Amino acid sequence: MAALSGATSGDLAVRILHALDKSSPLLSAEAFPDATFAQLKSAVDRLASRDMVRYDPIERDEAILEPEAEEIVANGSHEARVFEALRQAVEGLTVQELEKAIGDKNVTKVGQGKAFKEKWISKTSDGKLKAQRHSIEDVTQRVLQDIQKTRTCSDSKTLADLKKRKLVRMQRIITFKIQKGEKFALEIPEEATDLTADMLASGAWRTTTFKPYNFRALGADQQSGALHPLNKVRAEFRQIFFDMGFTEMPTGKYVETGFWNFDALFVPQQHPARDLQDTFYISDPKVADPPQDKAYWENIKAVHENGKYGSIGYRYPWSSDESLRLVLRTHTTSVSANLMYKLASMKGPDGRPPPARLFSIDRVFRNETVDATHLAEFHQVEGVIADYGLTLGGLMEFMETFFGKMGITDLKFKPAYNPYTEPSMEIFSYHKGLGKLVEIGNSGMFRPEVLEPMGLPKDLRVYGWGLSLERPTMIKYGISNIRELLGHKVDLQFVRINPAVRLDKP
Amino acid sequence: MPTITVDKAALFKELGKEYTTEEFDELCFDFGIELEEDTSHSTKPEDQAQPPQLKVEIPANRYDMLCFEGIALNLRVFLEKQKLPEWKLSPPASGELETLTIKEETMKIRPLCSGVVLRNIKFTQERYDSFIALQDKLHQNLARQRTLVSIGTHDLDTIQGPFTYEALPPEQIEFIPLNQTKKMNGKQLMEFYEKDKHLGRYLHIIRDSPVYPVIYDLNRTVLSLPPIINGDHSKITLDTKNVLIEITALDKTKVELVNHTLVAMFAGYAESIEPIKIISPHNNESREAPDLTPRETQVEVDYLNQVTGLDLSPAEISKLLSRMGYTITDSRSDSNLLDVSVPITRADVLHQADIMEDYAIAYGFNNLPRQNPNKSATIAAPLPINKLSDIVRLESAAAGWNEVMPLILCSHEENFEWLNRKDDGKTAVKLANPKTVEYQIVRTSLLPGLLKTINSNKHHAMPIKIFEVSDVGFIDLSLERKSRNERHFAAAIMGKTSGFEQVHGLLDRLMLMLKSAFITREEGLQNPKFSGYWIEEVDDPTFLEGHVAAIKLNIDGKNETVGVFGILHPSVLQKFEIPYPVSTLEFNLEVFL
Repeated sequence: MAALSGATSGDLAVRILHALDKSSPLLSAEAFPDATFAQLKSAVDRLASRDMVRYDPIERDEAILEPEAEEIVANGSHEARVFEALRQAVEGLTVQELEKAIGDKNVTKVGQGKAFKEKWISKTSDGKLKAQRHSIEDVTQRVLQDIQKTRTCSDSKTLADLKKRKLVRMQRIITFKIQKGEKFALEIPEEATDLTADMLASGAWRTTTFKPYNFRALGADQQSGALHPLNKVRAEFRQIFFDMGFTEMPTGKYVETGFWNFDALFVPQQHPARDLQDTFYISDPKVADPPQDKAYWENIKAVHENGKYGSIGYRYPWSSDESLRLVLRTHTTSVSANLMYKLASMKGPDGRPPPARLFSIDRVFRNETVDATHLAEFHQVEGVIADYGLTLGGLMEFMETFFGKMGITDLKFKPAYNPYTEPSMEIFSYHKGLGKLVEIGNSGMFRPEVLEPMGLPKDLRVYGWGLSLERPTMIKYGISNIRELLGHKVDLQFVRINPAVRLDKP
Repeated sequence: MPTITVDKAALFKELGKEYTTEEFDELCFDFGIELEEDTSHSTKPEDQAQPPQLKVEIPANRYDMLCFEGIALNLRVFLEKQKLPEWKLSPPASGELETLTIKEETMKIRPLCSGVVLRNIKFTQERYDSFIALQDKLHQNLARQRTLVSIGTHDLDTIQGPFTYEALPPEQIEFIPLNQTKKMNGKQLMEFYEKDKHLGRYLHIIRDSPVYPVIYDLNRTVLSLPPIINGDHSKITLDTKNVLIEITALDKTKVELVNHTLVAMFAGYAESIEPIKIISPHNNESREAPDLTPRETQVEVDYLNQVTGLDLSPAEISKLLSRMGYTITDSRSDSNLLDVSVPITRADVLHQADIMEDYAIAYGFNNLPRQNPNKSATIAAPLPINKLSDIVRLESAAAGWNEVMPLILCSHEENFEWLNRKDDGKTAVKLANPKTVEYQIVRTSLLPGLLKTINSNKHHAMPIKIFEVSDVGFIDLSLERKSRNERHFAAAIMGKTSGFEQVHGLLDRLMLMLKSAFITREEGLQNPKFSGYWIEEVDDPTFLEGHVAAIKLNIDGKNETVGVFGILHPSVLQKFEIPYPVSTLEFNLEVFL
């Protein structure tokens, strides 16, 4: 099939070619007064893209008569009509009689005023109106007739006055000045829209004229699939963790026990985080089992209730019922706690728990009131490093490297409070756009009250840090409402058109 | 975290320096509090109407900084303008302490009480306001909305000891509550304050108890009805000279912590701190309160230096720690040990780790020597299920499907009724305290999220092809957490026609990528060793009859149903308000691990 596009005789483009053959250049408005702008534009573009014609658009403003002005052109101006009526009535007319004679109250009223001003008419002593002169010249009518013909008015003051009187409005008109181009011909050659296998087989491609490609349009829609932008950011974070030797933690537990989510992390049972306002509790199933390791359970009870491991503890009656309540995990640190506990029973080459680097990125739940920055669900990015002899300066140095891989540098560390880490540091970075330090994450070293009940050695230090996945994504992409990023209300178009993510690229 | 508002000029006067906002912000940053706002620059009329204020955010465990006095004191000590005071008790000249006898009946409702007397206190309007505000902050934070602890303060000169702390039926307690004119009994008081914005929320703490806690003086004047309200009779004013503070509680540790905090913050305005005698033999709580002796503990020099990466001498460490309020003496027994007095204000100090952190703060977190954290080599590894998920995610996207991330929580009817599914009561994890019906259960299927996503995107050009790879949750009573997650794959297509072949084709494609061959049902059933998948028609009310198939898999010599796909039943579409046909596919991904 040869995809050819020929020209029919009625085609505007062909008519333009014929007109040009007779006289070039020509003005479209004169040669083709009936063609619309769109038709003309498409025809001249088609010819110009083949170098058959050249054209220049000429923009000008035309004066167009309003309906009232058209009436004046036909019947004369209001003042002339008043004058004419009075001239015919030798005795003069009362206002009522004048109105009757003209048949239009408005024309009478406006015309009367104008005619007085021009001193065409006067008032007699008995209150009648009568003509002052034998004849007048109706300038307004003449000017409007002229404008109707030429669509312009040479006297700008008159034009402004007519516009003010709402007799005339201006309209922008684009006409084309068209002239013959280099490849001018009377017929548009047959063109192929695309190269086909047939043309290759027959060799026709050698002689075929191809329709020019529109380089200003987008290509064909790819009907492509797409990964979710938040998961693309997640992939970047995972890659950073892998680069730095981290193993991914198994986070497939949305439901946690109060024990793992709070008690194991030395969060006291009266801590506000455990309020119904903040944590989702589970009504079914009702009660968890305690951890199988009874010694660990007792250690946690002791460290809360009476103190242990060099800690005086919180000194309150620790309730096992509270610990066995089921919750939706409020952080993935519950998983980290579980893995640190498992680390305690592992043996490295020296017989002690081996150093470890662990990370996770997964969903956590807070019983929040939903607003632009809070959802009941979000993703937590969490990292843990366990090793012997770690220092606080090492944690800061690690954070510089970790965030440096995302292009975030010059970190500042602020002392903070967190029940399960001591020291605890909020991580800040200077945000150029906002012109101030913004908090980008939390970090710290796990408390001995968390680690030692697990059986981890006293000299094993454990860094922990976390941040939400949504917040850096929102900052990076200028999203102000978290609901545009996570949940079923996200616009699929947002998913489709979001660029690939490279956190290290500014 | 609590935010405390303090007068800027007054605080800077205490600190002996006119800080710029930036300088003060930096001081707060270094100390570990946060300057939220300096109203000097505010354009709000309410801010401009008063002298500039500083709004300072205090960490949740620093109860000793919940008022102007505490912030000023701790920063002055940090800036080495003063040493932390030593708070000392002075018995009255007569030698006779005020006594408070606790009756055994209080065990039924609120068993503990403590107290103290501040003699010859000089209130100004500012001090008085701060005193009231601190009690309020303690009630909100440490006291968990007055449930654990509550404070009453009284003009001692209007009442007469000995005092008794009792628990009586509400009808028997009669008094004029603070700032009221009418006498009422406990029951009437509950009704009177039911609609009160401020006090209404505390009534529940005792309302349904047969006895209410109450404190009387010698003449049966009611001092207070904890934790609700004081009596009007003994209220403190700017002219009050001698203040009796009583603190009732459920928690022994917190009752004294509150006592210490009030004493430490306001004893500076009084001539002396006078203990009171608590008589409470039934629970062995008879004592003189408060005990203002600092807690003596020890820290290991090598521990402090190892964790911070510093190498300072005991003398240098002592100097730094004194800026955080500690008093240090070298321990004679061991050169590695320092004897540390932890002041009564520092209830947050539980372990030497807390002292180590203060050491690091005094040195300056950002000045600490940086060290290479890469001590040991470790090997990176993805979680197998996440690696598997990524494979199907990438293949689905490559096949032209768009990934979505709906929420994990959903309503019960979205997960069951709307999908024509029955809740057997043994499957779905249910939430006890959701704020909205949107969050009633943990989803057991990915379909509700996909269908809600389609619903909110139905204005887009069709077909809409979406997928999700994520976890659902199930009850599993055999496990410690009584539930488990399961990783699912699901996809949905909405178009002018059903898209049944599309989800079927996506299934085939994914199975191919997961190295699971298509086999016939006969092959699969006859020879379980013949591994691969087949599909067979099933009855499933979620789908249009005859247009739904179970996905069967022979894996490890067993055959099992791993999922289902089909054309959604029109009644399901109607429930999710979807006007066009939709086909879905969902299967358990974990069987492919």
